[in-house]
Amino acid sequence: MPAIEVLHLQKNYGDIIAVDQLSFEVPRGKTYALLGGNGAGKTTTLSMLLGLLLPTSGTIRILGIDMIRDRFKALPRMNFTSPYVDIPHRLTVEENLRVYGGLYGVRHVKRRISDLAEEYQLSPFLKRRYGSLSQGQKTRVSLAKSLLNEPEVLLMDEPTAALDPYTADQVRTALKAYQARTEATILLASHNMREVERLCDNILMMKQGRIVDQGSPVELIGRYDEQNLEDVFIQIAKGSELPR
Amino acid sequence: MTQASFWDSPRRIGAMIMRYRFLMMASWPRLLELAYWPTVQMILWGLINRFMVTQSDWMAQSAGLLIAAALLWDVLYRAQLGVSLVFFEEMYARNLGNLFVSPLRPFELALSLLTISLLRTLFGVGVAAGLAIGLYHYSIFDMGLPLLALFMNLLVMGWAIGLMIVAMVLRFGLGMEGFAWAVIFAFAPLSGVYYPISILPEWLQPVAQLLPSSHVFEGMRLIMNEHVFSIEKVIAAAELNVVFMIIALGLYSLAFYSARQRGLLLQMGE
Repeated sequence: MPAIEVLHLQKNYGDIIAVDQLSFEVPRGKTYALLGGNGAGKTTTLSMLLGLLLPTSGTIRILGIDMIRDRFKALPRMNFTSPYVDIPHRLTVEENLRVYGGLYGVRHVKRRISDLAEEYQLSPFLKRRYGSLSQGQKTRVSLAKSLLNEPEVLLMDEPTAALDPYTADQVRTALKAYQARTEATILLASHNMREVERLCDNILMMKQGRIVDQGSPVELIGRYDEQNLEDVFIQIAKGSELPR
Repeated sequence: MTQASFWDSPRRIGAMIMRYRFLMMASWPRLLELAYWPTVQMILWGLINRFMVTQSDWMAQSAGLLIAAALLWDVLYRAQLGVSLVFFEEMYARNLGNLFVSPLRPFELALSLLTISLLRTLFGVGVAAGLAIGLYHYSIFDMGLPLLALFMNLLVMGWAIGLMIVAMVLRFGLGMEGFAWAVIFAFAPLSGVYYPISILPEWLQPVAQLLPSSHVFEGMRLIMNEHVFSIEKVIAAAELNVVFMIIALGLYSLAFYSARQRGLLLQMGE
């Protein structure tokens, strides 16, 4: 059974079709990317997978659970991180992690925070207010929050946006290590081609709410006869509008 | 590592209360604000009360009538603000996206808002009530158990209005924020906080009777002026509160459904 199964997913806002008959599967333990230009439907798709947005039609199953009817059975086994969603600024890093530990029902939360602090070098600022941290430190805290419950499915929106190359590399290394240890399934939406090439087993290329192509980074580069994924992305983005 | 079950609800509600405790402990102005306004109101109405008892036989019958009214009015106001402002804190923090992708259910969020509102109200009004004893030698606790009935009815009405405001903000965004501060004052003239409902224009009196608060304040005056506890007033207020709460929970649920339809939950913030 795949970790994520999406079938004929559709989201309309009035006459605007944001996601158009989207179907894909992500096998357990794999990392997939949703890649596409602005307005391709990546964030809309992630929002529906998380249960934040109701689809117009179609089905979503995560870990075999129907997300539209039963999302609260799946949510404790999932998590999400995005630089566009914040964590309370006035609480310290440790307080924030304790609150989210409580929400996710994490056992031995203090030990778990301590382990994450060590793994992601958070210890020096555990007692500092989240709002006083640099963007790179915030991203690491946000990542730690998303790994608190050791999620079987991790959804990420632009996980390394606004990070310097060194910190971004640290985050990618941490994600790889987490996945190697837990065999978690990761689905990320990103514009960062290096990140996608490094992290992902498979790429779902989206345009106008549909998947227009998919394959491993090597397959896609070969299929489009390009030097790198960025050129593949540009070629797909430049392509003609899809018929509705 | 974790598994959801219905019995996890108290733990998640506890986590939200802990989040709020951390926020309050990190900010003394927030703690001060809780008691500031009820205290200012109590002092002001205490002075007016002191003047009025020398001028009016009716007022002289019941020392502390206006202080009791001011304190009970603040129960209603604090209860409403306790729900709506705590929800706004999550919006200011742009934290709603993280909360709604966690296993926290909407009814658990509502219950945590109500619990925090109760704690805020007890603290804020409790400090003012304590000061009233010191400053005016008037103790609202002399009302005894009937005070609990009045308090509970005002608390529930405040919760209901607070949840309605949360629903409006979920539906229309933080543009409705100003409403949270102002809406309760629309109920003040009709509630008969400082005067009997009978002085309202005749056509307005039936409208006032539709508010739980008008029965509570009428009940308060009966206790203080005539030393009579009217269970009918308490029951009338409680029945109306059931209606208020059903409407509030209906609007809250509808607003969540609408926000999930329109994709607003991930974007909400300042």
